[in-house]
Parts: sequence; structure tokens; C-alpha cells
Amino acid sequence: MIQLFAFYLFACVMVAAGALTIFARNPVHSVLWLIVAFFNAAGLMVLVGAEFIAMLLVIVYVGAVAVLFLFVVMMLNIDFAELRAGFVSYLPFGMLIALVLLAEILLGVGIWQAGPVELAGRAAPVPTDMHNIEAIGALLYTRYIFLFEAAGIILLVAMIGAIVLTHRARSGVRGQNIAQQNRRNPKDAVVNVNQPVGQGVEL
Amino acid sequence: MTEFFSAYMPYEAAWLLSTVIGILLIALPLMLAVAMIIYADRKIWAAIALRKGPNVVGPFGLLQSFADGLKVFLQETIVPSAANKGLFLIAPIITFTVALLAWAVVPFDVGVVLSDINVGLLYILAISSLGVYGVVIAGWASNSKYPFFSAMRASAQMISYEVSIGFIIICVVLWAGSFNMSTIVESQKGYYGFLNGHGFNPLLFPIAVMFLISALAETARAPFDLTEAESELVAGYQTEYSSMAFALYWLGEYANVILMCALNALLFWGGYLPPIDWAPLYMVPGIIWLFAKIFFFFFVFSWVKATVPRYRYDQLMRLGWKVFLPVSLLFVFLISGFLMLTRYGGAA
Repeated sequence: MIQLFAFYLFACVMVAAGALTIFARNPVHSVLWLIVAFFNAAGLMVLVGAEFIAMLLVIVYVGAVAVLFLFVVMMLNIDFAELRAGFVSYLPFGMLIALVLLAEILLGVGIWQAGPVELAGRAAPVPTDMHNIEAIGALLYTRYIFLFEAAGIILLVAMIGAIVLTHRARSGVRGQNIAQQNRRNPKDAVVNVNQPVGQGVEL
Repeated sequence: MTEFFSAYMPYEAAWLLSTVIGILLIALPLMLAVAMIIYADRKIWAAIALRKGPNVVGPFGLLQSFADGLKVFLQETIVPSAANKGLFLIAPIITFTVALLAWAVVPFDVGVVLSDINVGLLYILAISSLGVYGVVIAGWASNSKYPFFSAMRASAQMISYEVSIGFIIICVVLWAGSFNMSTIVESQKGYYGFLNGHGFNPLLFPIAVMFLISALAETARAPFDLTEAESELVAGYQTEYSSMAFALYWLGEYANVILMCALNALLFWGGYLPPIDWAPLYMVPGIIWLFAKIFFFFFVFSWVKATVPRYRYDQLMRLGWKVFLPVSLLFVFLISGFLMLTRYGGAA
């Protein structure tokens, strides 16, 4: 009863937030609705018993990715008239994507109507004696170890690539030498002079 | 508690009732604790500065926080005309709610925990990563330049230090072998046969120190309080706020500080276990040990606030990315290597 209520609450809020992400006029509001949608998706994950995935969704998407989205969108000065000007020229492409998505949804509904997924018919049985963190770890680090490490290396290469592409050596910049700053002590910079009144200090 | 109520009503109603009571049992004392900890903060700060601190309202000024609360409650809430009204009012509510949410998985004693989930520590990490939204939304919705600068600083600062906190947490999880908070506390029993706490482990002690400093940065306490650096940003993201909205930020911030102190105690210093593994010390209830440790760490926070000058922004970023990140990463390697060689029986 409580689970059913929670499911419909999360699902309805998520769908509504998804719709508002598209319809919101202000891009910052769009990002905030997107965050609401992520959060409710995490709630749905908890309901199906995948709490590890749910927490990762919140940490990675809500805690990091969406903060960066918000960061960028807040700094932009968006001109709505300019955005709307491109509407007609992008319309055919947009319609194509909409049609593909519609077909996918119809396909999904069709498959759903065909009958439930046979969980028992899978190759490996669901492990009942371990938490799902351990289950994911046991799979990722044994059977899928090469794919997992390949994904890690691709991310590393992407990160280095981004740094190399955006890094430029600028001349005339005075960088800070932290070690030198820490080594400095007051004796190097300050001189106490006991000067008689009425005479200037020789610098 | 669910069993107690389920004798009188259906199971689901009993579960709901006991959960609501559990939430109230945590949230209400927490609010009281926040009021008293603000008083303690001001007293400690005053003592270090050779002042008296609050001493007028009530005996020893004990009721000062309540007087402040009443004053703020009776003030008018002013919403700037250029502000985005809805978000402006939601932002402090987000900060306050998020500060309360994380307490759901904190174990106060053996088995005394509202929600004993097996991803407890990840849950705390997830919730603490939400804390930044209250600040960022406030900065943007105020439609004013200083709050906006502050929001930018806050988001960069919190994301930077969450990275190293994540690695530090991974070290503790590796050692404890679980994300469950109660299991992490129980795993700290009996170092060298008589000490309770990962902090006594020479391999984990440097991480405990790093966690304390990262916790200061994560909660934007001095010396890392750049989000409300009054010499540069008026009052940071709170500049445009007044009355209850302002008070919610105040309460949320201190609730977060207490949470970080509690995490220090739970992850590294034995949580509800007595510091020395000696039978008579177990006569003292675990919750008192936990509170003593939380208060000790809060004292350290106040002490730091009263003695250390504020960091420069680039120094803060350097410390986060160029010092803490590589060092915490190194410790992940060291600890997993050590565990692989000792606990998990040599090279694979």
C-alpha cells in the first residue's frame, strides 16, 4: 500500500517534471525540473530494490552533473528571441526525432502487452544472499573486468583530451610559487626603524 | 517500535506511525541541539577572544539562541522585487531539509537508527551533495551580484571537497568492508586489543585529519567561509534574506556542522563505542559517548574558527585539488594494497 503510493507519487512527479523541463521558459527552471526528475528516478530505483544505483544516480547526476549544468546555464545570458528564430529551420529534424521516440514508446508498450519478462529464464539466477553492491562488484570485477577498465581508460583519455584542447600557454602571466610564499618570513619583508621625530626614513 | 505498535493496528499503519515518531525523535532534539550549539559556538569563540559572550538572556545567557529565534520569527520577510520569488523562498527550505535528511542513517547506539540501510554512507554522501543547491538557488534567485558571486564560490568549493571526501570515505569503507553505518562503527572495535576507533590506526589517522579539514570546507566554516566573506561579499548568498528564511539558513548550516562532527566520530573515532575497549566503560550508554565525541569535534571547529584567518580563494582550490585529491587517492591505493596483502591473503 505504502509502496504503491510511493510508486505513483514518484512516477507522476517524474513525468510532470520531465514535461516541465521541456516547457519551462527559463532555462534555469528547466535544469531545476530536470533535477526533480532525477531525484524521483532515484526514488523509483529504491522501490525496485536497486538502492546502490539510486544513490549513484543522486551523487553523480544530481550532485555533480546537474550542478555543472546549473553553473553554465546561470552564467549564460540567453536571448529568447534568438532561440525562437531557429525554430522553423530545426523543425524537420525535430519532427524526425519525435517520430523515432514515438515509435520506440509504441514498441515498448507493444512488448509490455505481450507479457511479463521471464526473470527466472535468465542464464544466472538472482543472488539472494548478497547485497546489490556486492553483486555489482562481483560481476564488474570478474566477468566484465575488461569492459569496465576499458570504460575507465576511455574516460581518462577524454579528460586528458579536454585538458589538452583547452590548455594554452599564455605569456606575461605571473604564476604563484606556493613553496616560495610559504618560505617567506617577516624578516625578509619588514624592517623596524626607531627613527627620531622630524626626520624622514631612508628607504 | 514497529512491533510495539503492530499489536494494536495493521502492520503498515504501525510502520508509518513508528517512522513518523522516529523522525520527530531525531528532528526535534536536533533543533534543540542546534540552538545550544550556536550558544556554545559563541561562548567558545568569546572565551578564546577573552570576551564574555552571550550572558544576558537566562542563566549564563543559555536562552540567547531562543531569544534570537523569537526576534527573527517576529520580523517581516522581505522578498526583493527583482528576485525570482518562488525559488527565493524555496532555497532556504532546501538547505534546511537536506541538513535534517542525512540524520536518518546515523546510528546513535547499538541498533538505535531510524533507517539501517546497507548503503548508509553513500546516502549521506548523496544528501550532502544536495546541500549546494540551497546556496546556488539562493544566489541566483536573489538577482543581486554579491549573492551570485557567493553561489559560484560555494558550488565550486563544495564540489572540490566532495571529491576528496569521497576518496576518504572509500578508504574507511575498504577497511570496514561495508557501507552500513552500524557495521562501520562495529568494525572499529579492539585496535591493539584495547582501543576503539579507526583513528588509532596509523594508516587511517592521516585520513581522519584530512576528513576533519575537508569537513570544515564542506560546511563552509572558517577558515574556508569564503561563501560569506563579509569583507568581499557583504554576507554572501544570505545578503538578501531576512527573518525566517534567514533563520532557516542559520539552522541548516549548524545542523550540517553537527552532522559533519558526528561523521568524524562515526567514521574514525568509534561512534557510540567508548574510546577504550574496557568493560566498565560500556556501562555508559553509547549515545553519551557519541554526543561527547560530537561535542569534542564541535569544540575543534569553534577553536579553528576563533584562531585561523580566512583562506584566499585560490589557496582553497589549491588545497582541495592539488593536495587533498592526490593524497587521498594515494591512501586509497595504500589501504587497498595493505588489505590485499594482509586480510585477503597475499597477492592474487
